[in-house]
Amino acid sequence: MKTTRRNFIKNTSYVAIGFSLVPNLAWISVNEQSSQGVTQQSRITDWLQILDDGRVRVFSGKMELGQGIRIAIAQVAAEELNMNVDFIEVKLAETSTTPNEGYTAGSQSVARSAMSVRKAAAAAAAILIARTAEKYEIKAENLYLKDGMVLSKDGDFRASFFNILDGVQIEEVVPENIQTKSKEDYEVVGTPVARKDIGEMVRGLPMYVQDLRFPGMLYARVVRAAAYDAKLTEFNKENAEKLDVKIIKVKDFIGVISEDEYQAEKAKIFLERDCKWDTETELPVEEFSAEYLKNLSKETENVVNKGNVAFKNNSISAKYFKPYVMHAAVGPSCAIAIFKEEKLEIWSHTQGVYPLRKTLADLLNLNEENIKITGVPGSGCYGHNAADDVAAEAAILAVENPEKYIKLQWTRADEHAWEPYGSAMVMEMEGSLGTNGKIENWKYNVWSDTHSTRPGGDKQNLLPSSFYNGTTAKRPKGYFGGAYRNSEPYYKIPNQKIDAHYFKGPLRVSALRSLGAYSNILAIENFMDRLADKAGEDPVAFRLKHLEDQRAKDVLKKVKEMTLGVELLESEGLGFAFSRYKNSASYFAVAAKVSVENAKVSVKEMWGAIDSGEIINPDGLKNQTEGGMIQSASWTLQEAVKFDQTHVSSTNWESYPIFRFADIPFVHVEVIDRPDEDALGAGEAAQGPSAAAILNAVYRATGKQVAFLPVNKNVSV
Amino acid sequence: MKEDISLKVNGKEYHVQVEPDTPLLYVLRNQLELNGPKYGCGLEQCGACMVLMDGKADPSCKIPVSEVVNKEITTLEGLISENGELHPLQEAFVEEQAAQCGFCLNGMLISGAWLLQENSNPNREAINEKLKRVLCRCGTHTRIIKAIKTAAKSKQL
Ligand code: FES
Ligand code: FES
Repeated sequence: MKTTRRNFIKNTSYVAIGFSLVPNLAWISVNEQSSQGVTQQSRITDWLQILDDGRVRVFSGKMELGQGIRIAIAQVAAEELNMNVDFIEVKLAETSTTPNEGYTAGSQSVARSAMSVRKAAAAAAAILIARTAEKYEIKAENLYLKDGMVLSKDGDFRASFFNILDGVQIEEVVPENIQTKSKEDYEVVGTPVARKDIGEMVRGLPMYVQDLRFPGMLYARVVRAAAYDAKLTEFNKENAEKLDVKIIKVKDFIGVISEDEYQAEKAKIFLERDCKWDTETELPVEEFSAEYLKNLSKETENVVNKGNVAFKNNSISAKYFKPYVMHAAVGPSCAIAIFKEEKLEIWSHTQGVYPLRKTLADLLNLNEENIKITGVPGSGCYGHNAADDVAAEAAILAVENPEKYIKLQWTRADEHAWEPYGSAMVMEMEGSLGTNGKIENWKYNVWSDTHSTRPGGDKQNLLPSSFYNGTTAKRPKGYFGGAYRNSEPYYKIPNQKIDAHYFKGPLRVSALRSLGAYSNILAIENFMDRLADKAGEDPVAFRLKHLEDQRAKDVLKKVKEMTLGVELLESEGLGFAFSRYKNSASYFAVAAKVSVENAKVSVKEMWGAIDSGEIINPDGLKNQTEGGMIQSASWTLQEAVKFDQTHVSSTNWESYPIFRFADIPFVHVEVIDRPDEDALGAGEAAQGPSAAAILNAVYRATGKQVAFLPVNKNVSV
Repeated sequence: MKEDISLKVNGKEYHVQVEPDTPLLYVLRNQLELNGPKYGCGLEQCGACMVLMDGKADPSCKIPVSEVVNKEITTLEGLISENGELHPLQEAFVEEQAAQCGFCLNGMLISGAWLLQENSNPNREAINEKLKRVLCRCGTHTRIIKAIKTAAKSKQL
């Protein structure tokens, strides 16, 4: 329940999220709205507050994941309030002050969060004008806002927001329909305003959860079991005990804390070497294959059934395989926790502070009101990685060793071998052309594990739960919808049958950037090239023939234009691909130039064109898209999580290498602005098409199709 | 056993009490409270922890602190001049907006500064070579290459 207590303007200076050396420990849970979600009922003050020095603070329940959301949100608010963007402070996810926006995922950040802020800011602007008009008896149409002041057009009147409001925040509810600024008048939105945090990054200022320091803070490490479902049989702590550490053991969960980080690290090494575990399940090393995964599946869901698919000996088919791929953040996961006076406080780079809080309440038998989580940026995560796991482990250590700040840093091997991966997948295509040279029949089957095991309140989704509770690891069923994301082609095809089959694979999995869309799009878009070949047509022209949406055609034409004049050597090929993410978000077309020498493919250069509707910050959009292309190229060419009979054996950057400088393609991105269209999610749009463009380019270079990933393991020349 | 160790970091002399085999990175981050060098792998594989040691970029995550007592160590913070002026490469990273999450930036800037010191006009090969130890998972490489070229062009170098 919200109180009706008036919310006074009192904060003068911006408090960066928890970076002061002696943080304010006062609990701000009086007014906590728990996890009710942001409803239509949210008040303006929940989204934005006027500070007494004239600046405006905007709250967002989202996290900065390197996608530049802070600046996009500031731009939107600055626009509606007619303010210099430097006067806007953006405060990100925290369970006591920011709105509950669930997860920062699925590329929804800009599309949804910024739109809520836009509405709240527009409502605030209208109220500021109305209140001034009333209070000073000036006609509303003669008033306007500028940089934190309300001014009259004749120049006779000026007063600060703070004065107009008499020091009280705007309590009104954000109306459902609110007139926002007309797009022709935009000055800030749509321009490449520079991110402010990059200036902090280059100076090495503290900004990541890894940089937080608290008085008397202890350093922690967690001891890894031998396998997912291993049971501790011998707890040999003699060597570790000699170090300056405290060992915390609850059932099969073992952690170490120390005043000295290196001591904690050594203790972890000793304990992992000395303890003995019993492992039940053997991982399928020899058997692991596309067929193996297909045979594991137990459940089938029909996704599309359109017309009547009937092949008459004129079809072509293809089979694809995508291995497990990891998020592989450069900075391993980290969290800080303290348990004091029955209250747990956590600093985390989770993608969802509220869902994590709910799940920790389940794990630790605490009331949600007694847990506060503050979101602090970490290393880029690209989906659901170990952020929640490390927070849960830090929380356990804090509860078992109260009154102290405990910083838990995962090691590289922890991150590589224990994060939840993007699922391995198998895709099978069959298609045929009609007499008109267009695609007539299309059959697609996809096999996959779940694409999300985010902790939505169920503790089983958190890695330490089974060890801590002494139970056998039960891997949750998770969200299967991600498997068939983008499995339906965006092309006009009369007869289609698409089925998704679900299995529970050997490795722990969750959401990785674009979920199943990466695999589905790579299969669809490589198959489009094969059908184009069969029709004897240029692959881009063939796609255009099957597209009805002008925006889709425009991105493809744009990329074609960008690559005119590209010269190719004998060993090189140029491939194209297109998709509309989720068939409802951003349009993206891409071209890749590869060279194939000595059975090794390298991607030389890539060109992308993206249409994300209304653009808030074109440079941010470009930056994300460029990054997505390079990351996808790395996945496609060389990445696959390896495991032995016991556990994952890709434990570092040598056993799971990603692109280094010499491997990366130079990328070029152009954006198509559609100011009158809705802003669409963009962060995941590049993953699938980039992979397909590479496969298509390999075929153009060699005349041979590679459909099993990673390409460089399967290419033969 | 802890020992008294003195270190020269960013032109200043520091005295710390640590076990001599402690990796330099932990001393920089935990004792000196510097935030530039980051922990990424502890295995000298990712470059997140790069510092300049006597002018050359090297990882700090494995080398014992006792082995660097005679070296001049410069961290990301130390690239900024005393009057607060940024190194041209730091300026160029801001100008090119060469970051997504920014976690790799320390390694990129330290290695890039070393590169520019040795080669005032590096081509792509030279960049690949000197930055090969540093990983970026966000795929910001193209912008980082541009930033290095922008810095090379700036007159201050
Ligand atoms: S942390 Fe030193 S190289 Fe990775
Ligand atoms: S910008 Fe995120 S790792 Fe490089």
